[in-house]
Amino acid sequence: MTAIIDVRHVNKAFGGLRVINDCSIQVEAGSITGLIGPNGAGKSTLFNIIAGSLPLDSGQVLLDGEDITNRPANELFHKGLLRTFQIAHEFSQMTALENLMMVPPAQAGENLFNTWLKPTRVREQDAEVRRRALEVIDFIGLHHVRNELAGNLSGGQKKLLELGRTMMTDARVVLLDEIAAGVNRTLLGDLVGNIERLNREMGYTFLVIEHDMEMIARLCDPVIVLAQGSVMVQGAIEDIQNNPEVIEAYFGTA
Amino acid sequence: MNELVFFINNVVIAGSVTGSIYAIGAIGVTLIFSIMRFAHFAHADMMTFGAFMALLLTAIFPGAGALVGLPTAIVMLPLAMLLTSALAVGIDRAFYKPLRAHGVKPIVMVIGSLGVTLMLQGLIRLFSGTGGQSLYIDERKEIFRLALPFENVRAPIVVTEPQVILFVLTVVCVLGLHVFLSRSRLGKAMRAMSDNPDLARASGINTNTIVAVTWVIAGGLAAIAGTLLSLDVTFKPDLSFFLLLPIFAAAIVGGVGHPYGAIAGGFVVGFAETLAVFNWSILLRPFGDSLPEWLVQANLAFVGTEYKIVVPFFILVAILIWRPTGIFKGKVI
Repeated sequence: MTAIIDVRHVNKAFGGLRVINDCSIQVEAGSITGLIGPNGAGKSTLFNIIAGSLPLDSGQVLLDGEDITNRPANELFHKGLLRTFQIAHEFSQMTALENLMMVPPAQAGENLFNTWLKPTRVREQDAEVRRRALEVIDFIGLHHVRNELAGNLSGGQKKLLELGRTMMTDARVVLLDEIAAGVNRTLLGDLVGNIERLNREMGYTFLVIEHDMEMIARLCDPVIVLAQGSVMVQGAIEDIQNNPEVIEAYFGTA
Repeated sequence: MNELVFFINNVVIAGSVTGSIYAIGAIGVTLIFSIMRFAHFAHADMMTFGAFMALLLTAIFPGAGALVGLPTAIVMLPLAMLLTSALAVGIDRAFYKPLRAHGVKPIVMVIGSLGVTLMLQGLIRLFSGTGGQSLYIDERKEIFRLALPFENVRAPIVVTEPQVILFVLTVVCVLGLHVFLSRSRLGKAMRAMSDNPDLARASGINTNTIVAVTWVIAGGLAAIAGTLLSLDVTFKPDLSFFLLLPIFAAAIVGGVGHPYGAIAGGFVVGFAETLAVFNWSILLRPFGDSLPEWLVQANLAFVGTEYKIVVPFFILVAILIWRPTGIFKGKVI
């Protein structure tokens, strides 16, 4: 197995607070890797560093062997590294469908001249993107609200829209930041099913931050436990759940 | 009827001229705000720079306009727009980009833009001199007098060539911007970035490109507004600077960050100015026989011409109390 994401000795401090402390993790290609840890362990910071939203102080991040340290998020997107946000982000003034249609890269309409010179091609591509967006929106069960402004959707629906975004393009690695938080149980089942299906059929690799242990147990193998900015343990969920160190980190000393 | 013609000349045409200039200026201000989230105070001086470029190019190619039958400055306008866009992108690279890279608060950017204002004003004065200069070199300003086909109407409707060109260009700009923002992918990416820059980046939108495109558009529009304003009156290094506050008022009245709002706000402020200084007793003159003489003779303007500048602020105060987000509920394109 090869590591598609390779984080090497990364450090990051906010002022005097060292949030990531010589942290190294590997995410194997084709896996659904879980990233758990108590609040303040540095999970989201690590995500932001990998996704290019936050510059790191020292260390290195590799995507499939290629150095992507401090590359901007939009560049990583085109390399197939996608992310969702802990607090769901959406283009509030566009409809749910338009939100999805923003995603696919390298559309002909992106070039201003094409809009004027090759209107047919732009229109064809637009129609195809719309078809795909409609498929995705059916898939995530938001068909009935597709023409609502995304800003008016509920928190859970926005989370689903986030997942939908990652399905609009051929991703290699998707970073999911607490995708289940605020999503009801029934939808959660669908969500987990969708993630598994994307992993199996499309070959997406997932790195998942989650507080819902049930979801982690069902979805992730292996699981990485982060505490105080570095890796505490790593392994199958059963081993993690019975590890006294982990229990201590979560619940304090008994 | 003569009074009506007087009204058209002094309110409808004058208001449309002022409104168009404010609208084109305010679109630039509002676009910059919606993408970069700061009030760009150097915008008026970008307008002056555009006009100055048009003036220079007119001086270099004085005969160019005669070939197509337009004022030379208009023929040179595309080039002036290009140069102003280049200046805008250059200013961004040199002054605003380093500030952005440090993640400073918007107020720091605003103060930075005040610095750019002073610098641009100084530079333009250095090369243009402080006096007024006509953009018509070896040319005559065409004036159209439209006589109305009614009896005993002596006064014609008067509109000048640059005013007509201004109206046409305003319509073209507004339509062009609308098509750009609603149809083209780049325009949609601009809307996306103004809505949520983090998500835009995570969706693969290169925000640096969007910023550059915004400056190109804002610079081009500034050049149009500045040049047309200078054609209507004369070029002065501080002419546009005095429009800065009404332009900001227009952007806020329309809903800052909202381009259609900026257009509406521009015309609201422009017409409010001209309506406020118009002497309404003129319209009462035809009924002079049945009205008391003091009423017909009185000056019924709301404010004197010299107080014109306060009008936008009355509107601004009213809007901020009554509808603080502006007519169009701005913030996002």
